[in-house]
Amino acid sequence: MTDTKTTTKQVNVTSKTSVSVLFAGDSGDGMQLTGTQFANTVAVSGSDLNTFPNFPSEVRAPAGTIAGVSGFQLQFGSKPVYTPGARFDVMIAMNSAALKANLKDLHRGGIIIAGTEGFDEKNLRLAGYPQGANPLEDGSLSNYIVFPVPVLQLTREALKDCGLNHKEIDRCKNMFVLGLLYWLYSLPIDTTVEMLHAKFRKNAQLAEANITAIKAGYFFGDETEIFANLGRFDIAPQKQRGVYRRVTGNEACAIALTAAAKKAGLKLFLGSYPITPATEILQTLAKMKKWGVKTFQAEDEIAGIVTSIGAAYGGALAATNTSGPGLALKTEALGLAVILEIPLVVINVQRGGPSTGLPTKPEQSDLLMAMYGRHGEAPLPIVASCSPVDCFYTTYEAARIAVEHMTPVICLSDGYLALSSEPWKVESPDNLCEIKPRFQPERNPEDPAYLPYKRDERHVRSWAIPGTRGLEHRIGGLEKQHETGNVSHDPENHALMTKLRAEKIARIAESIPLQTIDNGPEKGDLLILGWGSSYGAIKTAVEQALAEGLSVAHAHLRYLNPFPKNLGEMLGNFKKVLIPENNNGQLIHLIRDTFLIAPEGFSKVKGLPFNEMEILAKITDLIKEH
Amino acid sequence: MTDLDTTLTAGTTLTAKDFASDQEPKWCPGCGDHAVLQQLKNVMPELGTAPENIVFISGIGCSSRLPYYMATYGVHGIHGRALPMATGLKTSRPELTVWVATGDGDALSIGGNHFIHTLRRNPDLNVVLFNNEIYGLTKGQYSPTSKLGLRTVTSPVGVIDHPFNTAALVLGAGGTFFARALDRDGKFLRSMLKRAAMHKGTSLVEIYQNCPIFNNGAFEAFASPEKKEETALFLEQGKPLVFGKDRKKGIVLDGMTPVVVDIDKEQVSADDLWIHDESDLNKASILARFFDDMSVTEDFLPRPFGVFYAASHTTYEDALTAQIADAQAEGCGTLEELLRGDNSYEIR
Repeated sequence: MTDTKTTTKQVNVTSKTSVSVLFAGDSGDGMQLTGTQFANTVAVSGSDLNTFPNFPSEVRAPAGTIAGVSGFQLQFGSKPVYTPGARFDVMIAMNSAALKANLKDLHRGGIIIAGTEGFDEKNLRLAGYPQGANPLEDGSLSNYIVFPVPVLQLTREALKDCGLNHKEIDRCKNMFVLGLLYWLYSLPIDTTVEMLHAKFRKNAQLAEANITAIKAGYFFGDETEIFANLGRFDIAPQKQRGVYRRVTGNEACAIALTAAAKKAGLKLFLGSYPITPATEILQTLAKMKKWGVKTFQAEDEIAGIVTSIGAAYGGALAATNTSGPGLALKTEALGLAVILEIPLVVINVQRGGPSTGLPTKPEQSDLLMAMYGRHGEAPLPIVASCSPVDCFYTTYEAARIAVEHMTPVICLSDGYLALSSEPWKVESPDNLCEIKPRFQPERNPEDPAYLPYKRDERHVRSWAIPGTRGLEHRIGGLEKQHETGNVSHDPENHALMTKLRAEKIARIAESIPLQTIDNGPEKGDLLILGWGSSYGAIKTAVEQALAEGLSVAHAHLRYLNPFPKNLGEMLGNFKKVLIPENNNGQLIHLIRDTFLIAPEGFSKVKGLPFNEMEILAKITDLIKEH
Repeated sequence: MTDLDTTLTAGTTLTAKDFASDQEPKWCPGCGDHAVLQQLKNVMPELGTAPENIVFISGIGCSSRLPYYMATYGVHGIHGRALPMATGLKTSRPELTVWVATGDGDALSIGGNHFIHTLRRNPDLNVVLFNNEIYGLTKGQYSPTSKLGLRTVTSPVGVIDHPFNTAALVLGAGGTFFARALDRDGKFLRSMLKRAAMHKGTSLVEIYQNCPIFNNGAFEAFASPEKKEETALFLEQGKPLVFGKDRKKGIVLDGMTPVVVDIDKEQVSADDLWIHDESDLNKASILARFFDDMSVTEDFLPRPFGVFYAASHTTYEDALTAQIADAQAEGCGTLEELLRGDNSYEIR
């Protein structure tokens, strides 16, 4: 591989601190694979990065159309990177539909590398360009730096003697593009070459063809004159030494559940029904049989949660994962878990709603459903992840709270976190906090009767699992008598049990960390209070605002119910509080209700995450107003 | 939690009373549920499983109160969801003995989806389906097994939806065990419960259970001594299908069609009669069609009681346990391996 490490020509190499790249093409162009490979190489090079795939919800949308465009965006840098980039600096457009669909998000002056074969008459027509118009030729892209590259033709030339048929050769064109990007960003091709050898272990011819295509792309950059003025770029490593892995939010949730079970000495059981964008959690756990994980693909969402309740009754760490429509179906069973007071982790990967809504697009609009979406007084703890890696820590924490406080816990993620990825420094088992189930020990016949609903000082009851001698007891969805757990319709008892169940959840605030300021001063003009996947955008915007000398701080809530004990005090330290949310204003309700303050809301309900520019503009507005 | 010895300690003997909880049953006087509870308590000591290893799971409805009255572990869940709860428990803890108490509304209406999917998966559950052909707890609305024409508060001029045929539904869904019993026939019911307990896989026992308040006498045809001779057919493995006064009527198969014959008059030899074979799914499927509404036709086939079908198939939990054992053949995964994953890279 040494041949790609020394280039023949001297071109300018410009150092950049970060760059955002979009790989876009038709669903069949292999853009997800190309993007993933680029991300792996970038990760191994030590840059920080954040990736986000954007693909159509249809499995095979019509080729060449806007609906069929599949994209993979990533930002990488020599400084910490928290988002895939509000806009991209470089766009790879394999066809005219990909260009048309994404041009609005390309920085002015950004680079377009266009596969010219995707701009033929047929493709232009499918993309909806007027008769005779071709953006590569009509000057409409004069605000950008455009490099038309006959990708298909160059791939065919490079592979003409490789022995593959036309169709197979044409499929290698994404590897040509990947090679060209490796050249442009001074990255080695080795990681991808290793992957190709592994992937095509049984077909050396295919492996070689793909590798030849990568090299052809790489050398094309080197040899062609077209990049002479632009030169190459170099991004210094950001990460410190160590062992890393790249995870998506959904993978991180799955790993966390298994890790929590291991740490707690419990068996993991996941009852689940496939639903976008939560399914990868089930898929990932289904592969973890080596760790004793039991997954159960249920007949519906209800059976998904109810099998888990059965497993939890039996002493397993039980979980279920879903998205909005599924959470709606699970609400009755969630009420049962609340009254049974058994541990259960419910991961809700939020998507645009209501109803089927926007299945592949993120939204933060299930917070109030998580908080109030059950009949009766049925409080439960809610936590929310704020980044792909944080999905691990938050899900782990959800499992800890569930087991140690004998309650169902809703753990909120969303479609953005679910599919985004970032590097994660491999965690040591010793750094994970202990999780201590409170199993009730065996009882001898002469001992006092077992009281299933006797509570400790945190109002937590013990976990008496079948198979334990002397603890045979019956519980159910009917209201129970205090301590004995026998069915009771007594009015005073119902009032007491309602109060105890609420108090139990409120007391969890004693065992969770205090809220901290993520960035900025402890007191000031403006606090941005975020939750969930807006973390990266707020973080980046606040960094910039602070650099501009504005009096702004950022706090991000993991614990949404109960809130950290010091939250009210923290909010009081700022003249204004801004709450950006991908919904019509849900956290703001809870904050107003709890603290009787009037924060400023900032809603975005477009099926798209916030970007840092939007947040920064809002900060600037608010501070100027002030 | 593994390798539990689930049987009673040697020398321990339990009686039906040891399986009675301290809660008084709250069913109406004369309700068939009392009889089923009694037979369950009677059969428990014979099975040799320690009470702490037995769990009763139920949904919602009169019959679903049953777990409260058994001195075992128990969960009274939500409407229609007893089967998934039991499946989750059994999958997670295969060593436990799991019983399900459910009714015609709970299992066949609101829980219909779970019903068919549980049967095809075949977890080792003992399901006792109390079929009273009516909604009792909500005070007398028709159920998915109510007979056509039945007048109830929600069908004041008669039921117009066709009732489910439980046996056909169970066999159609791939069930591995189906038996039918009657609440009033305690001895026979007990033998069916025992058979269900012994069967490995999902055992479904449909119990015709009288609701004296809202559907009294729904099964009188099979309960009254003078009628049942002509209406009920008791299945015995390896024995010919005979019924009627002095057991003089028999069933022969004419191709795929069951025909009632008068053994003496038509001089049918025992060899020509249908011999019951629990392992024969085709014959069980024909038996399931012995479902005539005797109140509207004189020309009916007798209603079978007993074990229609019992087949040995791998249970869900055993198949899953085997997959896990296979994955762990070269050692269990450690927490360290889990956290590192298989795509880690080192930055030096």
